[in-house]
Amino acid sequence: MRNRAVFAVAAILLLVVAPLVLSPFRLDLLGKYLCYAIVAVGISLAWGRGGMLTLGQGVFFGLGGYAMGMHLKLQDGELPDFMSWSGVEELPLLWKPFANPVFALAMVIVLPVLVATLLGLLVFRQRVRGAYFAVLSQALAAAFVILLIGQQGLTGGTNGLTNFQFFFGLDLYEDADRRILYLVTALVLGASYLSVRQLVRSRYGQLLVAIRDGEDRVRFLGYDPALVKTVAFAVSAGLAGIAGALFVPLVGLLSPANLGIVASLELLVGVAIGGRYSLAGAVAGALLFNYAKTIFSEQWPDGWLYVQGALFVAVMVWAPRGLAGLSHQFRDALSSRRKVEVQA
Amino acid sequence: MSPVRRTLITLLAAGLLAGGCANDPSGSGGSGGDTIKVGILHSLSGTMAISEVTVRDSELLAIEEVNAAGGVLGKKLEPVVEDGASDWPTFAEKAQKLINEDKVATTFGGWTSASRKAMLPVFERNKALLWYPVQYEGLESSPYIFYTGATTNQQIVPALDYLKQQGKKSVFLVGSDYVFPRTANKIIKAYAAANGMTISGEEYTPLGTTEYSTIVNKLGQAKPDVVFNTLNGDSNVAFFKQLRSAGFTAQTMPTVSVSVAEEEVTGIGPANVAGHLVAWNYYQTTEGTTNSTFVKAYKAKYGADKVTSDPMEAGYNAVKLWAAAAAKAGSVDVDAVKKAAGGISLDLPEGKVTIDGENQHVYKTARIGLIQPDGQIKEVWNSGAPIKPDPYLKGYAWAAGLS
Repeated sequence: MRNRAVFAVAAILLLVVAPLVLSPFRLDLLGKYLCYAIVAVGISLAWGRGGMLTLGQGVFFGLGGYAMGMHLKLQDGELPDFMSWSGVEELPLLWKPFANPVFALAMVIVLPVLVATLLGLLVFRQRVRGAYFAVLSQALAAAFVILLIGQQGLTGGTNGLTNFQFFFGLDLYEDADRRILYLVTALVLGASYLSVRQLVRSRYGQLLVAIRDGEDRVRFLGYDPALVKTVAFAVSAGLAGIAGALFVPLVGLLSPANLGIVASLELLVGVAIGGRYSLAGAVAGALLFNYAKTIFSEQWPDGWLYVQGALFVAVMVWAPRGLAGLSHQFRDALSSRRKVEVQA
Repeated sequence: MSPVRRTLITLLAAGLLAGGCANDPSGSGGSGGDTIKVGILHSLSGTMAISEVTVRDSELLAIEEVNAAGGVLGKKLEPVVEDGASDWPTFAEKAQKLINEDKVATTFGGWTSASRKAMLPVFERNKALLWYPVQYEGLESSPYIFYTGATTNQQIVPALDYLKQQGKKSVFLVGSDYVFPRTANKIIKAYAAANGMTISGEEYTPLGTTEYSTIVNKLGQAKPDVVFNTLNGDSNVAFFKQLRSAGFTAQTMPTVSVSVAEEEVTGIGPANVAGHLVAWNYYQTTEGTTNSTFVKAYKAKYGADKVTSDPMEAGYNAVKLWAAAAAKAGSVDVDAVKKAAGGISLDLPEGKVTIDGENQHVYKTARIGLIQPDGQIKEVWNSGAPIKPDPYLKGYAWAAGLS
């Protein structure tokens, strides 16, 4: 009951209070944080529940984002601006199907899920896990960025895709339309949160945690851990793809810098700060981390990175389970002290 | 579980509230009150910080000078500095913040083409002004951007004219992998085709690359008359050091660079680049009292060991030109400033600078320089008079197929 009340309060805050109270600029920023929170829901599933430390979530964010960006770039029927200055005169074949909105929307989810499934089946069947998996996913992010930058005529290179005015009938130059986009993002976050929570509470969710804590034991019980892990990984990739697709119209651009190693790490850091074992913690962590980034950089444009880094170190040292784990930690500390007292 | 949630939600609510407070109108914005706010948006962190911090410094110096001379329309300028963090979406975000929250009258900022492309829609959407101070690849003319750095016909084309005049027949292209080098090389190839020069090679490396032995080997095999270098940032340090350690000198493998200025020469080490050519519109050594005053003022404010460079000077110019346009318009209103800006002509460190009202670029004198062993750059050729900006190279027959 109480959980439901808290969820309702959060929903009212995001859907009603924020659009009324915040200026269009701050609301845009909140919308961006919500995109990162959607990714955080996925990371919490893959990392917190499944034990897969994914350092390459930016790749899936980017796949979804580029699928959406390519569609938005084709809406006016002209050759995308960056192609003409890269010397591409005709629309490349790869781009053509993205003019169709249904195809583009499908690709937002299909592309990341497909890549994650292939990678997952390949890697988890080989029983690659832990740090090896983390390094592999990070290498994927690095390779993806090099690919995007190298194919400037096809992807816009380091500039990425910029300058969108319309998003499925919404005029992104109008504040009222941007508010609708924000609300859509908030609703998508709510839906992602609820569905992943359902997934976590199901038998599947229990199996996932069991695999995290003792993969070999689960295998001996007759389950296929590779399949179970791949599903969680693919779901988290799909969520990242959706977040990327919403990020593009909200922020107005997508470039390789948004999905490289650093960007992928930042996605993870938010989750780590909030607490990866708790879905709500991951969401709050992503929101807090990105909000702090904005505020610190506005307050101390010269030294904000140090402040942010120091805070992250502080959380990792004193609250390794994240902010959501603080009360557990507190309870543990209390009970151990009590034990000590009893022994004495 | 639930107490945890409660804490989190409280945190979240607190965050939202703080966000709400943060957007309270903070004092006087735009032209209201006793000051006029102007935005300064450069990378103060990340890979571009080394270059962009110097531009911020020269812009702050210009603002200080404008204020000392009585400000604009009788009001002092108040700079609002934001960090673009070498990250393109951050540039877009901070530009929006400067426009909507701080209500700045104009913004000076950007360095990389990517940061400009990221900010462009923000300024166009909000009908706000951006002054962009770095030489760039042309093919752009936004009604809400003033370009005080060189476009291609004021830097790259004159450099090619100079090379042709020196009898260089074969050119090897080395560049970082992004829009500026690729577009520049497209222009160079078109020029070469029309002027009987050959391209003996074309190589790109990702930004930040520091391994150039392969490319240096290829240079050795191709033996071009000259290397046209469009590498940007740290890569220049590695490139020139490795070129030198492979036994090449400025005589055996001459290069002409378009992104190496005094600041970068200090980083590369003058000994490694002395004798190589660069193409800009301004050097610290450029003659004239306006420049010696500028150099002296800059050193007095930031330290005697500091150097001045072309992008710094272009940023300094941007502030002065905007102040002159606002004074002429009698207002800091964007449309009024835009209308008044055309034809404004000031005596600035690089010489006479005039704003072209049509494409919002400026007339600039092209200068080829030779890097000296002491790290300074000596001018060896100039275009004689300021060149009219032509971002789409419409006045050049050989460039017909480019834009």
